[in-house]
Amino acid sequence: MNKKVFALLKKDVLLEFRQQHTFYGVLLYIAATIFVMYLSLSESPNAEIWNSLFWVIQLFVCVNAVAKSFIQENKGRMLYFFSIASPGEFITAKIIYNVFLMLFMSIVSLGLFYLFLGKPVINEIQFIGIVLLGGIGISLVFTLMSAIAAKAQQNAALIAILGFPVILPQLLLLMKMSKAAFAEVFKEGAFMQLAGLTCLMDALVFIMALILFPYLWKD
Amino acid sequence: MKKNWWKILSLILLIYTIIGGLLFKVPRLPILNETIRNLYFHVCMWFGMMLLYIVSFVYSVKYLLGFQYQNDIKASNFAKVGSWFGILGYLTGIIWVSVTWTTQQGQTLATVLKEPKLIGAAIALLIYGAYFVLRGSFTDIDKRARISAVYNIFAFVMLFPSIWIIPRLVGSLHPGAPGSDSGNPALNRNDLDENMRMVFYPAVIGWTLLGVWIATLKIRLQILKDKKILN
Repeated sequence: MNKKVFALLKKDVLLEFRQQHTFYGVLLYIAATIFVMYLSLSESPNAEIWNSLFWVIQLFVCVNAVAKSFIQENKGRMLYFFSIASPGEFITAKIIYNVFLMLFMSIVSLGLFYLFLGKPVINEIQFIGIVLLGGIGISLVFTLMSAIAAKAQQNAALIAILGFPVILPQLLLLMKMSKAAFAEVFKEGAFMQLAGLTCLMDALVFIMALILFPYLWKD
Repeated sequence: MKKNWWKILSLILLIYTIIGGLLFKVPRLPILNETIRNLYFHVCMWFGMMLLYIVSFVYSVKYLLGFQYQNDIKASNFAKVGSWFGILGYLTGIIWVSVTWTTQQGQTLATVLKEPKLIGAAIALLIYGAYFVLRGSFTDIDKRARISAVYNIFAFVMLFPSIWIIPRLVGSLHPGAPGSDSGNPALNRNDLDENMRMVFYPAVIGWTLLGVWIATLKIRLQILKDKKILN
């Protein structure tokens, strides 16, 4: 099982290195959006607006980064994967790959946010932790959504429509948690509770993906 | 006749709800006054909506277990009627808001929209909106049934933590908000007056049965239309 997951993962990484235009495309997308925001705001936004802008951008970056993961696989290739691996292995490899891709993109967009929109964050390490946790959660949900949308014809817009209502509670949790890094005082233990809740939601999404993906991929 | 007793029950309960709801004694409370009677209509819509969504979820699971097309028709039609109940819940809520929160308590539209229960309902309606968009994007019937069942199950499972989490994150004007005496943000039995329970519980059952009735009618119609595919 692990060997196959690793092989599928390696295939995705290799593809990324050979077709670098999508990777740089997403990077450029991040840079361009943040630059547009920098130009449209006359001064650095306050902590609350900074926070909400950051998470909304994360959301759209994820849609763009993850969207191609199932669309790039054409029908013949899917049939080939179907014959060599189980659906569980396939979706696990995709999820691991997308999580790492999204973690990288999150760090890049955090750096650009610091550069262009100022730095209201007080507790840096905590905020980076929240950003990584958020990146994992968002990419998990959108991997499954992209698998669903790939089955329908008009996919890119569909991913956003399908994913946003599902991700909304998690996003609210993350925004709430981020306020701790902006020096807002929390009740004793409340922060860890929220973090634990987010991890639980991630686990739930992963389990649902394992259960439901077998129904998605056979035609 | 044996099979239809619940339809008659629904009719009787709803007649009782409307007459009793408008005429029976209710407690006189500040701000709420007579609008408290909206409880028999507004809250029941949300109960009906959740129940219909649960039924839709169950039929989606059933579809994936056996791939029978009838189950897909049932799942989608229960979801449709559930969404109608959701919209009616909003409409009855608007009536209630317009004479209590916005006039008496000086709330603006912006604060009302950030109500956790409104957010929860909005997420539910958005999810099922996406479900219907997804259904619309397929031409192949089997594929449509399978993929939309997967989305229905996933979204429904994700809906529950959100309904459970959000009321604990955001302050609320609804009864039972964190910080008020009643404690439970979901539903508290002790909040309700003795006399009102006499109407409220039958009302919930009556409205829910009506929803199921409408859904079964729609399902029968759809099955008749698709008779050729169903062989």
